Formats: sequence, structure tokens, C-alpha cells
Amino acid sequence: MPWDRNQMAARAAEELEDGMYVNLGIGIPTLVANYVGDKDITLQSENGMLGMGPFPYEGEEDPDLINAGKQTITELPKTAYFDSAMSFGMIRGGKIAAAVLGAMEVDEKGDLANWMIPGKLVKGMGGAMDLVAGVGRVIVVMDHQNKHGESKVLKTCTLPLTGAGVVNRIITNLGVLDVVEGGLKIVELADGVTEQEMRDATEATIV
Amino acid sequence: MKKVYGSAAEALDGLLFDGMQIAAGGFGLCGIPELLLDAIKEAGTKDLTFASNNAGVDDFGIGILLQTKQVKKMISSYVGENAEFMRQYLSGELELEFNPQGTLAERMRAGGAGIPGFYTKTGVGTLIAEGKEHKEFKGETYIMEEGIFADLSIVKAWKADTTGNAIFRKTARNFNPPAAMCGKVCVMEVEEIVEPGELDPDHIHLPGIYVHRLIQGEHEKRIEKVTTRPAA
Repeated sequence: MPWDRNQMAARAAEELEDGMYVNLGIGIPTLVANYVGDKDITLQSENGMLGMGPFPYEGEEDPDLINAGKQTITELPKTAYFDSAMSFGMIRGGKIAAAVLGAMEVDEKGDLANWMIPGKLVKGMGGAMDLVAGVGRVIVVMDHQNKHGESKVLKTCTLPLTGAGVVNRIITNLGVLDVVEGGLKIVELADGVTEQEMRDATEATIV
Repeated sequence: MKKVYGSAAEALDGLLFDGMQIAAGGFGLCGIPELLLDAIKEAGTKDLTFASNNAGVDDFGIGILLQTKQVKKMISSYVGENAEFMRQYLSGELELEFNPQGTLAERMRAGGAGIPGFYTKTGVGTLIAEGKEHKEFKGETYIMEEGIFADLSIVKAWKADTTGNAIFRKTARNFNPPAAMCGKVCVMEVEEIVEPGELDPDHIHLPGIYVHRLIQGEHEKRIEKVTTRPAA
């Protein structure tokens, strides 16, 4: 059985090490926080916060305390606040160890597309371009194929890029792939997924 | 010099003109200068260019100036929450310059710090890099981005003393300090104005040198996405 959303998030959480400062994107990446267990992980929210806590209880929402997805959140004893210039200073400056992000397409060169479909409504890249250019390690979590069954793991991205040569590791419902010299390397297969199934679902070169 | 004004309209008196560029603080609807935006709507100033991370929602934030067609151009990183914005953009009434969020913040900070341009890795190899100067440093490619020098900054803080020394609250700080820095004139709205000496000088987030005019007022502080967890 391929992994479901929660299993993909749990697998992504294994990438995070004790003491890391991490930025989690919207969607499946947000679920990663549920699976870090006892590890001391500090979550960054790029609107100006380190040490992001869980959602508040009803009635305890604070309009001055939101995450980058504009959802109400809470603070922790270790929380620090800062302005957007410093926030992206620590991102661009390589101080954030890893970012876990969703994607529309990824390719074998580590190119990532997750912000724009030409001809469709463009909402903007937000902080995604800064994150992929700046953080220590970029981990993409996404479904291996789109809803038409076409591979999202490509030889070359067709959509406008968020960053070129920025992805280190790809976690999909079928398994885990690393971007290496010459293409992608299979690191792990989801339970019950064969190497042939992974290859058949992947347009990119697997080395 | 007196910095405290009686209302948003008084604080903006003489500062607004058609075609001007305004840098605005806020992220989503959090920490936006809602009273000053209302006053700009009332003043009817047109052809505005806004450097602001977002464009508000249809009936709050910069969205209220889109309804009255006072905005000519937005410089933003994300505008997805505003249907009227999309309508005007798709019909060609509104110009849009997408900036990566960190690039926008740094463009404001740089402008405020007298830096006309800087190099960044953000956006290299993407549409954002097209037409921009590329330069190599230690074998890596960077693109040049320009500082923003706005005609006016409008920002919101939590508390300030009468000299403009300001403190922000939680994630409502966001773009407010860099936006405040990059304008020729900065007007700030706060929830409470106190006397000098009432704020700990070691706890000031933005020194009053960046703040020229100041008002106190009631804020709606609307929440864009109320998200909660089940009771324990």
C-alpha cells in the first residue's frame, strides 16, 4: 500500500534531528509537526516567529498571533518574535536547517515548481522562493502522480520554477528519492510498493 | 517637535498625492494600519502604488482601496485572499509586481538603510530573475534587487511613547519595522500612546527616529483564519 498523507508526514518527520530549526510549508508538511515525538524541534513561521506552538483552544485566539498560513496559533516558553526582514535574514542566511514543502512538480536536477500555473489564477510565491534558496536542506513532500495519473517527478519541470537545483530529498506516497548526480536515487520504498512500480510512476531518470 | 495627532486624517494631512508610492506594514490582516487605510480611502488619493506583502481581503485592509479603485499597482508576495484584486488584475486595471517575500522585506529594509541595491540567491533561475543583473560571488550566482524608497510609510504598532519609540506585539510586528524605515515620512498608528519613560528603552523594537507622526485609536484586528484545536 502506498503511504497516505499521515504516513508521508511521519516519514518526513524522520528527517528532522534533535535541535533543528525547521520551516514547514502548508498542507501535508504542516502535519509533520504531529510526528516529531520527543525530538527538540523549533518551528519557524516566516511571518516572524521561532518556536511556533499548536492551534489555540476555542476562545483563546489572538489576532496578533498567526502563522504564515494566516491561521491562529499559540506561543511556547522558547518563542521569539522578530520582523520580516530578520525572519528572511535567517532563512536566506542559511540558519534554518531544513524546509519541508509541497510541490506541483520536481525534476531530476532538483528543480522545484510550486507557485504558478500559467493561464490559471496566480496567488504569488509568498516566501517559498526565499526558503528554497536559503535553507540548509529542502525536503519535498507530495503525491507521486497528479489526479490524471501523470508523474510529478519529471526529467524537467514544465511549470515556472520556484527554485533551480534546490531540492535534496523527495518523499511521496510511493517512497523516498534523493537528488544525486545524474538523476534520482531510490532511498526507500513505501510498504508493498515495488521498485518497478516506483520506476513506472517516475518520469525522471532513476540511477 | 509634536508627533502625536488627533486622528488618522490629521496625521496624513499634506502627505498624500495622486501617483504616490506607499509602503504598508502587516502580514495578511495581522498588524495592518487599518485606521490609516480608512483615512486614505476617505481622502480619495488615486493611482497609488503599494509595497505591501498582501492586498487584504475584499472589505478589509488594502482591499477597501481596491473597491474604490484608488490603487494602480501592488508590489506583493501573495495576493490570494482577495477576489476584487483578482478581477481588477485579470481585466488589466491593476498592475502587479510579485516579489518573493524575503526580497520584499529586504528591499524595504535596504531602502530605509540607504542601500539602493543588493544581491540575493532568491529567485535565481526563475521568472523573478528575468531582466535583472546577475553576478557571481565565490562561484554562486546572485541577482540584484533594488531598495524601496517610498513616499510614505504607514504602519501599526502596539504601543509607542510620544516620541514614536514603538513596541510591537507577537507576529503583528512582521513587515511593520522595515516598512516604517523605507518611507520619506512614516505615519504610525498604535493601540496606546504613553509618556516617554514608560517604555523600557531596552525593549524598543523601532526607535522613534523612524516615526514622524503618530495616532492612537481603536482597532478591529480582524482574524483571517480562526483555527482551533479540540478542548482537552
